[in-house]
Amino acid sequence: MKPVLLLANAIAKRFGGVKALNGVSLTIHEGEIYGLIGPNGAGKTTFFNVLTGLYHPDGGELLFEGHKLKASTPHVATQRGIARTFQNIRLFGNMTAIENVMVGRHARTRAGVFGGVLRTARTRAEEAAIHDRAEELLHYVGVAHRANDMAKHLSYGDQRRLEIARALATEPKLLALDEPAAGMNGTETESLRRLIESIRADGTTVLLIEHDVKLVMGLCDRVAVLDYGEKICEDVPAAVQKDPKVIEAYLGGSLA
Amino acid sequence: MAALTFDSLRHDRRTAIAAAVGIGIVLAVFPFIVGTTLGNSWLRILDFALLYIMLALGLNIVVGFAGLLDMGYIAFYAVGAYLYALLASPHFGLHLPVWAIIPLGAVLAGIAGALLGAPTLRLRGDYLAIVTLGFGEIVRIFMNNLNAPINITNGPQGISSIDPIHLGGITLAKPLTVAGITVPSLHAYYYLFLALALLIIFVSLRLEDSRIGRAWVAIREDEIAAKACGINTRNIKLLAFTMGASFGGVAGGLFAGFQGFVSPESFNLMESVMVLCMVVLGGMGHIPGVILGGVMLTILPEFFRHSAGPMQLAVFGKIILDPEALRMLLFGLALVAVMLYRPAGLWPSTIRRREFRNGSTADVLKEGE
Repeated sequence: MKPVLLLANAIAKRFGGVKALNGVSLTIHEGEIYGLIGPNGAGKTTFFNVLTGLYHPDGGELLFEGHKLKASTPHVATQRGIARTFQNIRLFGNMTAIENVMVGRHARTRAGVFGGVLRTARTRAEEAAIHDRAEELLHYVGVAHRANDMAKHLSYGDQRRLEIARALATEPKLLALDEPAAGMNGTETESLRRLIESIRADGTTVLLIEHDVKLVMGLCDRVAVLDYGEKICEDVPAAVQKDPKVIEAYLGGSLA
Repeated sequence: MAALTFDSLRHDRRTAIAAAVGIGIVLAVFPFIVGTTLGNSWLRILDFALLYIMLALGLNIVVGFAGLLDMGYIAFYAVGAYLYALLASPHFGLHLPVWAIIPLGAVLAGIAGALLGAPTLRLRGDYLAIVTLGFGEIVRIFMNNLNAPINITNGPQGISSIDPIHLGGITLAKPLTVAGITVPSLHAYYYLFLALALLIIFVSLRLEDSRIGRAWVAIREDEIAAKACGINTRNIKLLAFTMGASFGGVAGGLFAGFQGFVSPESFNLMESVMVLCMVVLGGMGHIPGVILGGVMLTILPEFFRHSAGPMQLAVFGKIILDPEALRMLLFGLALVAVMLYRPAGLWPSTIRRREFRNGSTADVLKEGE
């Protein structure tokens, strides 16, 4: 088996009296496409937010590549190699598509105020590299033709893709996608599936929250199911589909 | 296609150089034109317009780029002005040269900016506005009261007889004779302020199109997404406060040397609001717009002051309303009109057209088909 990339150990998060996450443990291996599913409000996005440092967990710990991940420091999580997209797309609306991706290069570049003002040879080289990489990534996800349009003017599907390009620009080892297929039609979902597969083929591990069961089952190597903040199942897709606890969580105890 | 792009680029460059030379000549002779046609009071206004351009560009970094609503910006102007006043006046008997004070003012104002930024990092919008407003008032009240037990700022009387700006043996307070041309004092200040304003414009333009500038705008657009892109939002915001404040510090030092007198009154809330208006009215985040805003908002009130009286005489044959009161009314109406008809500012940024480098142009066009 491939080495472990992310080990989540008994992660807990409460909001007032609500236990959004109640001791969730997951293991994600390098090169996997790992699905995280569950009914609405099961705690999937909360887990993402803890993982990417937006929330401070109330308990448990995260080990990334064997080292503890510092809690609630999103930029450090990104520097360590965890990138994400958001359920409700969060692009920089008044920046162009290519600028959005260029911002994604921030963590991997160094130029400061003096470099920026003086435009030293090193800064110029870095800027050119940022620009080129951003262009490459726009081609990769298929929105290069909108490179100089404001992000807010892009179509919904293109915005989703642009957000993935921006996340990839941070050179992640683990790419966490929060419902990337939400609101997409069949064709768009199919091309998204191909994109995720090629991202994995290029060596990035993918963690996927998704409601589109067909997509998850067809794409993921392993799937974890959350319900009321607890992990009720973690297995290969075929086994998850047959798990009585999962069926109960989704369908309320009957096969309807 | 490639040849055409190349030709148009070269053409653009030639036009740009021609435009720069043209603007340079206009800017160089401008004070002489204004001085002879409109008189010295307008020359002073012109000098102030340049100071306000510096202030507006500084605030633009905080408000326009990083999206942090700062209502106490004038405090940094005050820091720069008081530093100059204390280090170059009989008050402490210190007479440091201007080349030492102005950079020191930029640094000190920058530190003050970081001090303001640090406790407000988690605040945004209205809440940030209230805290920064308080900060601006605190600085002013400090200046007002730091005359006891040790007299540092001379309290409400302010500091007078400040040294005029002088470089080596040359003082800007007296007419200069350069190569047979006599340059009056106000003109000399104009050239100095113009040089520094151009420097600040240059720094602003360079920063806007840099890794740091993009990070600022990213924070303005969506702070959470900016964090997820690996931006240390705390440091980058502090940097915005520091950079913005340092511009204010430079302008403040120049103001003190130009005016020869500083007092806390010059740094009240109205001044902060005025600079903010310049940024918003000109076009937040768009450097040419902010410059235009700075010029317009310096000139408009003075224009109304000078024209409100004669206009009434011409229309009614007598002065009905005090021009001084009327000018703020007209000014307010002008602000409302601009915001109604040009809500994004007088000169907002359009989608910037990026120059494609050779090769990528063709690819992008192909994609678009």
